[in-house]
Amino acid sequence: MAAATMMPYFGQQMSSKSELVPDWTSQEVSTGTTIMAVEYDGGVVIGADSRTTTGAYIANRVTDKLTPIHDRIFCCRSGSAADTQAIADVVTYQLGFHSIELDEPPLVETAANLFRASCYRYREELTAGILVAGWDRRKGGQVYCVPIGGMLVRQPVSVGGSGSSYIYGFMDSNYKTSMTKDQCLELTASALSLAMERDGSSGGVVRLASISEDGVERRVLLGDQLPKFSTH
Amino acid sequence: MEKRSADSQVKGVSTGTTILAATFNGGVVIGSDSRASIGGEYVSSKTINKVIQVHDQIFCCMAGSLADAQAVTKAAKYRLSFHSVQMETPPLVIAAASVLQELCYKNKEELQAGFITAGWDRKKGPQVYVVSLGGMLIGQPVTIGGSGSTYIYGYVDAKYKPNMSREECLQFATNALALAMGRDNVSGGVAHLVVITETGVEHVVVPGNKLPKFHNE
Repeated sequence: MAAATMMPYFGQQMSSKSELVPDWTSQEVSTGTTIMAVEYDGGVVIGADSRTTTGAYIANRVTDKLTPIHDRIFCCRSGSAADTQAIADVVTYQLGFHSIELDEPPLVETAANLFRASCYRYREELTAGILVAGWDRRKGGQVYCVPIGGMLVRQPVSVGGSGSSYIYGFMDSNYKTSMTKDQCLELTASALSLAMERDGSSGGVVRLASISEDGVERRVLLGDQLPKFSTH
Repeated sequence: MEKRSADSQVKGVSTGTTILAATFNGGVVIGSDSRASIGGEYVSSKTINKVIQVHDQIFCCMAGSLADAQAVTKAAKYRLSFHSVQMETPPLVIAAASVLQELCYKNKEELQAGFITAGWDRKKGPQVYVVSLGGMLIGQPVTIGGSGSTYIYGYVDAKYKPNMSREECLQFATNALALAMGRDNVSGGVAHLVVITETGVEHVVVPGNKLPKFHNE
């Protein structure tokens, strides 16, 4: 099991602490985050929180961390916002080109390998933990995990980001093979809500998407619509 | 709940660990794993008992540096029994927790140990208290601690309900420990559980091969 547990990467501070500007103006933007992806028979369900932080300031509270790479392939980003956006742009270009050459929709495994190639080659400079998920005709719904360091592994269910540590137990006990799409959506929404309750770097709304042969369905769960668990 | 992030910096034998305690209808369950490791690389004991009895119906679980935790519980046991003789009555659970808190707070520079105290007394019934690394004391219906606890926050938040039955609570605690041991490499071995009620104390030990298994095992 190797999904990334995120440590926000703080850039170097150029000058000593100034009282005129708050600390967070000189810190790198990070998607300290919780992301999750689950396979079901016929597709995948992916989900993410929506908080992007620079230090203690929430730079974007409605971030979309579910990034389309191709028609039926998405990636969930965690780690440095800049790094993951740059990598996703590169892979989108490479995959689009490859797909035109092939004259066929690309495989999810191909997309995952492109991510891995970039993440591994530039592993010293990058801080990026990515989940690649999608549907293709050869193998159906697939989830691939590319954590920090550039490993690649396929898993039926995977979580990532700083908030993921808190939900390993919940995920292990609640995931079963052969779940339906709706069960996967419920599991993802619950798991993300639990993580957002405990992780300071995760929060906001829950963004969900389900990808299958028929296409992509996206939805957003706002604060009052999130599953609630607090009894203590 | 304090996250036990200092474990990796603990020198010597550490209880990189998972401990928990939960109240149910009429009692409390307190439990832990049984692994003691040095720096997360060598398991120095596979069957250590981290649930220590400090009085007839009060137990505590230790996390952090094993040496510190054993020294503190020894001192606490002595102070508590003296207190109990002076008062001519069994001590309150909060008294036990306060004794641990005082030791942890006054010696916070030298010590690296945290505790969960659970028990039953006549005044307030079943209670759980957590004394964190720096000496904070908080009472909660359910609490988890140790390095393995990070992985089960979600599970505990979702699954714990107040006023469960004894069997439900025991199953909940066993599952939580099993899940944490499955993800944390410095927690493992057997699950030690103690059930404390008005009528007495019961020890339950679940060996590794009898722990509940989940989908990926």
